[in-house]
Amino acid sequence: MNKKVSHPFGPQKDSIAHRATNEAEPVDLSSHKYLKMWQGPNHPGITGNMSLELTIDGDEVVESKTHVGYLHRGFEKLFERRRYIQCFPTCVRMCVPEPDTNEYNLARGTEELGNIEVPEMANWLRMLVLEMARLQVLLRMVPGQAGTMGSGLAMQWGMYHRELILDRMEELTGARIYHMYILPGGVRGLLPDGFKDRLEENLSKIDDYINDVDRLIFNNYVFKKRTVGTAVIPRDWVDQYGITGPVARAAGVKRDVRKDYPYLYYNQLDFDYNTTTDSDVFSRFMVRRLDLETTVDLLRQIMAKMPEKGDIKAPTPNVLHWKIPRGETYVRCESSRGEYGFYMVADGTEYPRRINLRGPSYTHAISVLEKLLVGANISDVSAIMVSLATCPPEIER
Amino acid sequence: MILKDILSPFSGWRKVFNEPVALKDPVNDRPGAPRYRGFHKNDISACIGCGTCETICENAAIDLVPVEGIKTKDGDSGLRPRVDYGRCCWCALCVDVCTTGSLSLSNAYIWVSEDSDDYRFTPGVDEKPWQNEPLGWKKPEGDYEFYPLNRVAPPHLHPEERHDSFVEMVKGFSKEQAMSEADRCVECGICTATCPAHMGIPQYIKAIRNDDLEEGLRVLYDTNPLPEICGRICTHKCETVCSIGHRGEPLSIRWLKRYIADQNPSEKYKEILNTGNIEPNGKNVAVVGAGPAGLSAAHYLALMGYSVTIFEALPEAGGMMRYGIPEYRLPYDQLDKDINYILSLGVAIRYNTRVGTDISLEQLHSQYDAVFAGTGLHQGRSTRIEGTNHPHVYQSIELLRKITLGEEIHVAEKIVVIGGGNVAMDITRSLARLQRQKYGKVQIITTSLETEEKMPADREEVVEAREEGATVNPGWAPQKIEIVDGALKGLHVVQCMSLFDSTGKFNPQCNMDVANFFEADMVVESIGQGMDISYLEGNVKDQLTFDPRGRIVVNAQFQSSVPWLFVGGDIIQGPDVIHGIANGHTAAKGIDQYLTSI
Repeated sequence: MNKKVSHPFGPQKDSIAHRATNEAEPVDLSSHKYLKMWQGPNHPGITGNMSLELTIDGDEVVESKTHVGYLHRGFEKLFERRRYIQCFPTCVRMCVPEPDTNEYNLARGTEELGNIEVPEMANWLRMLVLEMARLQVLLRMVPGQAGTMGSGLAMQWGMYHRELILDRMEELTGARIYHMYILPGGVRGLLPDGFKDRLEENLSKIDDYINDVDRLIFNNYVFKKRTVGTAVIPRDWVDQYGITGPVARAAGVKRDVRKDYPYLYYNQLDFDYNTTTDSDVFSRFMVRRLDLETTVDLLRQIMAKMPEKGDIKAPTPNVLHWKIPRGETYVRCESSRGEYGFYMVADGTEYPRRINLRGPSYTHAISVLEKLLVGANISDVSAIMVSLATCPPEIER
Repeated sequence: MILKDILSPFSGWRKVFNEPVALKDPVNDRPGAPRYRGFHKNDISACIGCGTCETICENAAIDLVPVEGIKTKDGDSGLRPRVDYGRCCWCALCVDVCTTGSLSLSNAYIWVSEDSDDYRFTPGVDEKPWQNEPLGWKKPEGDYEFYPLNRVAPPHLHPEERHDSFVEMVKGFSKEQAMSEADRCVECGICTATCPAHMGIPQYIKAIRNDDLEEGLRVLYDTNPLPEICGRICTHKCETVCSIGHRGEPLSIRWLKRYIADQNPSEKYKEILNTGNIEPNGKNVAVVGAGPAGLSAAHYLALMGYSVTIFEALPEAGGMMRYGIPEYRLPYDQLDKDINYILSLGVAIRYNTRVGTDISLEQLHSQYDAVFAGTGLHQGRSTRIEGTNHPHVYQSIELLRKITLGEEIHVAEKIVVIGGGNVAMDITRSLARLQRQKYGKVQIITTSLETEEKMPADREEVVEAREEGATVNPGWAPQKIEIVDGALKGLHVVQCMSLFDSTGKFNPQCNMDVANFFEADMVVESIGQGMDISYLEGNVKDQLTFDPRGRIVVNAQFQSSVPWLFVGGDIIQGPDVIHGIANGHTAAKGIDQYLTSI
């Protein structure tokens, strides 16, 4: 099935890819031709605790298996034993780098099932926080891609700029990482005085930084040499595997929940799909690089359009025994990694019957990555893995 | 490959001379944001130990623990939250849900201790470096609440609809109203601890939320056999201490109780409460007085299989609930609903039988295994100022009783009531209704020693009395009733400055320079009630012990020093209905213990 993939670095990769997926010629470890190698669970790259069990032939991967289980805390089961409000501090842990999408989905699902209308101001603040969260993820992820290939400079600078956004997060939400800001019914606070000015100051620094990223990474011969044409995802895989987000957009597929199923007030903002066509590691990162610019622009648009004051939370029943009527819903938003959805079932009690997370990582890091690594050079494995932007806690929730 | 791609990455060297962005001393240079969710603080004098923080904590990081120097009292569990930083995730839900607003998080975020036990501490009690930090996460003022702070008011009759009749003025909750009021409860149980009867308040409120009113009724009858009555006229100490009341309006616990009782038809009580078949145990108990204490004792004794006979001096049961409380607050049919259920359990009652006159206590002792006396406070107290012996000076208790009995009472055109308690309000509002019926207008002045803020009457009673046309003019000490040629002309008063002296003794101080005169044809005294225990005579009286204030000394089971005689109700504690009910219940258990042990 992998035959159509064209790798620009010679026929050798094609032949390995072909061989590995050919059932007639299974990998025979007793032949001593292959080596088993574990990558992870801790490794440079920013993927967290997840292992790849690689079977290699020389420098080339012939088989890959993704192993998770290093982060399992049983979130979905915990939700069944927690009141809706108590799910709120738990859900953020399902994706550490971008916890806000969890908060948002939980809140929106609860509101939909519980018939709560969220005040306008709260929706604008939610959008602001979600975009700030996207920005801080991208600030780490884009230069982090270079980090996986040994270039740490842009990553260090990216970390600094991410910290600036985290400062703003701290100011607005009271915490840097687990913001716990988007409550069912609304949000937990208005913008502090002078917040917009400080954020704008940070954004202008980030504008400069994006130029640095271009100079250091995207106009870098080594980076291009190693990423252009590496790990191409065929466009037809997008629908076959359910690939979403930047990975799908890099294959030229216009797919963005913010545009396709607009939520909050995204339909009032002016932005477009960021797409490229090559679908290799380079173009996936080019999409994220473009997203970085779009996110900065969206934050400016949000700040300009949002009202100054307003109610931040709709009155809800007493959260200690808020019974949500029987029903089910699927809510989704666009995370930095792709479509991030919660399937929620309420059974009329104070506790959710089921909250199931549909995140992009499961598809990307298991189904797609295992196929994609076949034929790759082992030095490219972490680059390919990071190009899919995996968040392991989201796989084992 | 283009040359730019080779040279461009070297542009990174440009920044080698830039000022570093890292902070040299982050511990001191970088305080947490003003809203930062750092380490816990607790204002332990404001905290009431309600445990709502413990309830909401999803990590079970908070435990309520006893703290040295803090005593359990009404409205305060005496416990304080202890936080375990091995479990806490600093989500601050504990702060957001805090009923008093005492809990907060400081913006301190760096702390190291060698002792791992330090990480489990009681904020506000254990000294911590951040406890005086002003910044940090606080309960958001007015931005949002985790539970509604305002109560759902039950429908009231408009003053004009009620001011000339004795129709019940408060209508019960509808289902929706009861549900949304019940939703406000945080189930802390501070109310249960304070209620003299220790009613399962959070449990019956939960039954309302679950729309399981039969379960609610069972919870009510566990501790209180007079829910219709208590649901209307209880002094609701539970509401006074309700944790929601610290920042908002306390729950309408009383009306919720009434809602459960109102919604369950009396025909189904026996089925719901499973009291259709009670096995008699062959022993009998006499109860003196069919007031709340006597009825409560009779109910719980009957459930235990005792054959109970109540001796009541008046023609109907209920005691002060019938002969003291006006019908607009407690309609007689609702009173009968509770009483008839108790009588249906096999309790016998002998009306118009005054113990001491019609039958002696000794006789009761000879005929019954034990006796419970709950005879209440049915004697009025007088101010004993000049002129109180005039025939148009009355005692409120006496008038209220006559109104219930349907006897004709004297209603003058201008009336002054002396007293600031609920009974004074009852007589004021009853007389106002009668005045309006008779004269078409109300001319009644109610005055008390206490100032407006310190009046013992419930606030709503004062407000409603005014709505009905009465003038409440507190803060005056009565001096003399003016009588000219045998006709009552009015009441002389002077300004009352304080009621108690520095030792806490009742010793009113007056400002004689500020005087006032209330014109009246009739004066009603309502300054408290006394007991009539003349039925305790002879041998029994000799064996009883009395405290310096003349009250009978009883043990925790309300057993007097005469072993077969148990005493409870207003003559021991209170005065109010719920104490009577609690006393009756405890005494019933005490009587059972006594009779099974001999």
